[in-house]
Amino acid sequence: MKLQEYHAKRLLQAQGLPVSDFAVAANPTEVRSAAARFLGAGATRVVVKAQVLVGGRGKAGGVKLASTAEEAAALAAQILGMDIKGTTVRRVLVAPGAEIVAEYYLACVLDRSSRRVMFMASAEGGVEIEVVAAERPDAIKYMHAHPLLGLLDYQARALAFDIALGAHLRDFVAIAKGLFATMMANDADLVEINPLGIVRTTASDGSTSDRLECLDAKVTIDDSALPRHPELERMRDLDEEDPVDVAAREQGLSFIKLDGTIGCMVNGAGLAMTTMDLIKRAGGEPANFLDVGGGAKADKVAAAMRLILADPNVRSILVNIFGGIARGDEVARGLVEARSMQERHVPMVVRIVGTNADLAAQILATAGDPDVQTAATLDEAVDKAVAVANQVQAAGASA
Amino acid sequence: MSILVNRATRLLVQGITGREGMFHAQQMQDYGTNVVGGMTPGKGGQSVLSTPVPVFDTCADAVAQTGANTSVIYVPAAGAPDAILEAVDAGIKTVFCITEHIPALDMLRVVHVVDQAGARLVGPNCPGATSVGQAKVGIIPGNIHRPGNVGVVSRSGTLTYEVVEALTEAGIGQSTCVGIGGDPINGSNFIDILSLFRDDPDTDAVVLIGEIGGDAEERAADWIAQNMRGVPMASFIAGRTAPPGRRMGHAGAIISGGRGTAQSKVDALQAAGVRVAETPSQIPQLLVEAGVRPN
Repeated sequence: MKLQEYHAKRLLQAQGLPVSDFAVAANPTEVRSAAARFLGAGATRVVVKAQVLVGGRGKAGGVKLASTAEEAAALAAQILGMDIKGTTVRRVLVAPGAEIVAEYYLACVLDRSSRRVMFMASAEGGVEIEVVAAERPDAIKYMHAHPLLGLLDYQARALAFDIALGAHLRDFVAIAKGLFATMMANDADLVEINPLGIVRTTASDGSTSDRLECLDAKVTIDDSALPRHPELERMRDLDEEDPVDVAAREQGLSFIKLDGTIGCMVNGAGLAMTTMDLIKRAGGEPANFLDVGGGAKADKVAAAMRLILADPNVRSILVNIFGGIARGDEVARGLVEARSMQERHVPMVVRIVGTNADLAAQILATAGDPDVQTAATLDEAVDKAVAVANQVQAAGASA
Repeated sequence: MSILVNRATRLLVQGITGREGMFHAQQMQDYGTNVVGGMTPGKGGQSVLSTPVPVFDTCADAVAQTGANTSVIYVPAAGAPDAILEAVDAGIKTVFCITEHIPALDMLRVVHVVDQAGARLVGPNCPGATSVGQAKVGIIPGNIHRPGNVGVVSRSGTLTYEVVEALTEAGIGQSTCVGIGGDPINGSNFIDILSLFRDDPDTDAVVLIGEIGGDAEERAADWIAQNMRGVPMASFIAGRTAPPGRRMGHAGAIISGGRGTAQSKVDALQAAGVRVAETPSQIPQLLVEAGVRPN
């Protein structure tokens, strides 16, 4: 689960990391008062940042600087309600505008290859790390934390020297270790600071001092760990989620909506992807990815069917179940139940093999639905589902 | 022979008194697996299954009294990391963890301890392994196999069954079928299992089933090029048409930043001399082309 910047920054603050004061606002009035507070406390400018989970908000015009509270409110009025890659901006973050001397990159991420937490650091901060990785891979330095001891001081120091931050050694070590602590405390699989800035403050006598500060933060939480973090689950931004995704998650279904016409219900992620691949290969277009999971019970199957039928583009449904932990008869019972209740009648091709497949066949035969075809193999099921979808399309076009 | 599990396997079922644990313990026993006992804290002293086996409170007791050398875990995610560590601490050297949704940072620490103990973990979030006609450990349906000399290794569950069924239908038997699981952090990777197949006298050919996300298939391909040239191999990669940036069910199955694509995996495997199928049903034919004979 991705967190909004303001949630991510609060998690960093909880671990003692240097994050400047900020406010979260949902309307220009709140922005005006927050900006006035920061400007009154000595800031020369404030930054107003759209809070959305999609990347590229700066380019989209979702991040602006203001010199007065009125200007901040006016900019917020533009940003709030703005559409950034399909997401409507509902909140902005307001913070004192820092004088940034230099920008660095620092992140820790769960690295599957090494089975360790991996740190990535670069002197080229403020740009997307994927771009740096593609264009100048040597500019990124890596360090793997010990699985039990975490990131050790000498490792953090080595990273600091690698990216020429030796002048801020102690602060950098504290920040790097704080990132690791944030990851552990919250079961994060990514904690990213980009940019990690050298921020200059000028005193009234004109003298300056520099310090490291986390200017932006991205944190994603391991979904498998959310059951033990109710405080993080509450940070979920339902405004930014498709209602279909919310419904699927509540049912324990793994569902991704696509643009095609053939609804898919499959058990197992690998088999579900394969079913989609075969539909495309046969000239059809899958309407969704749907893994009903291991122990697919009748009620779960019925819920999955409702999700598929909620998509008006669906012209045929392909059910592909290879029973193992899932039992074919329970799936068949769920299908019959779902079809007896649904208002929209869409032709269906069912292929159930494995555990209790014979019972499943009996249940489907007894129900005797003329719009339900069965298939013995995956190839056959795919061909039939594509053919039916094309027939429905042709019938619709001629009508 | 075969790999991981065989007639010498003495299996302990952790979480045997739970719904899934009990169902699959019975299935494993019916297949012929030597289930020597079960373990559920607080349920010690009971006896379960059609050919009764004892239930113990601790893994240490179970190992001491039954000589268990392999364990399989059906414990829910909150307790599964502890179950793995308890098995390893009791001296069990081969542990299969079926449980899904274990937090990744838990597994990070667990796999380190397992490695230090010199034990082998398969999974988590995996279907287990079956050595055909000898022993089945996990949840793979027992009736889809045919004995033979093709090894199967996969990151998926039900997709593995699909491929195994296709092999069986074509008269191509299997030695051992192993699912390593689709989680980001797991115990055994493709290379661990491939090296066992390479050294197994009863495995003459190998099928590798991969999916989008990560670089496990690419690294396996590099290893195959170095170590298994000449062994007939076929592969299938799921997710050729998956949209980038979306996690397709498995925590590991995501294409991000142009990495982890099906094409990259297909290219790497083909460069290593592996025949890559476009559908699971093509795999038997590709094996025949590579020199495997139906048995």
